[in-house]
Amino acid sequence: MKVRVHVSLKPGVLDPQGRAVHHALEGLGFTGVQDVRVGRLIELEVADDTTDATLDDMCRRLLANGVVENYRVERV
Amino acid sequence: MGLRAAVITFPGSNCDRDMAVALEQVSGTAPLRIWHGDAALPDRLDLIALPGGFSYGDYLRSGAMAATSPIMRAVVEAAGRGVPVLGVCNGFQVLTEAGLLPGALLRNAGQTFICRTVPLTVENSRSLFTAGYSTGQQIRIPVAHHDGNYFADEDTLDRLEGEGRVAFRYVQTCNGSQRDIAGVLNEAGNVLGMMPHPERAVEDDHGGTDGRALFEAAIRQLA
Repeated sequence: MKVRVHVSLKPGVLDPQGRAVHHALEGLGFTGVQDVRVGRLIELEVADDTTDATLDDMCRRLLANGVVENYRVERV
Repeated sequence: MGLRAAVITFPGSNCDRDMAVALEQVSGTAPLRIWHGDAALPDRLDLIALPGGFSYGDYLRSGAMAATSPIMRAVVEAAGRGVPVLGVCNGFQVLTEAGLLPGALLRNAGQTFICRTVPLTVENSRSLFTAGYSTGQQIRIPVAHHDGNYFADEDTLDRLEGEGRVAFRYVQTCNGSQRDIAGVLNEAGNVLGMMPHPERAVEDDHGGTDGRALFEAAIRQLA
């Protein structure tokens, strides 16, 4: 089974990378972009019987840093 | 008896030798060199140092992979018993990822790698590692990092300040760190994480020796 873990910076945490991408988009002439936040997508191939609790544990212990990041698990 | 210190090397550490040399210069005893894959630390350690560098190429997040390595379980356990732990730069990132220190170190606010000697204010001179300074003293220590932007929520920051756990602060805003925090202590005071490199300011040839007092104070109290 394929699982996607979407990791994003929590609201309020400064994202200098997102800001730089925002500036670059404006430099390319794209107007109307209000904000850019850069996150991370992690794709896992796991056993079909992997529980939500186990996936959650993986996120909390390694894949995301709960101090600054939120995560969302998506079973594909 | 000499200082019994250990310097941990992770794949991608690059300041482990500098740290070992600084500890040997100040204490007169070469520290033990420990590989990240070791599951156990040597007995009766006086001090554990986590060096700077780019462990695991900063994959996932700086320090995140190293924090899961076998030796870190032993480091966390030793820190819990009160063994002093010093984490510098990547070592600080590893300590936050391992949960030994609060907060996280994000990409520098200006997006650039910062490599220069910066003035710091010593905020707490009562800890093992900072007792060689006086509170409010300004010292000059080199920084060299891309991910040194210290972040913690407001409640955590207030708690750190209230408990005297901010060890060092940048005199001028350096990397976007909340409240210009450059180094923090754990609750018990035996774990210090800091982005600036005291081991790079030990000998006259380094261009400054303000880092020496950190090692001297710790060694005086431990050896």
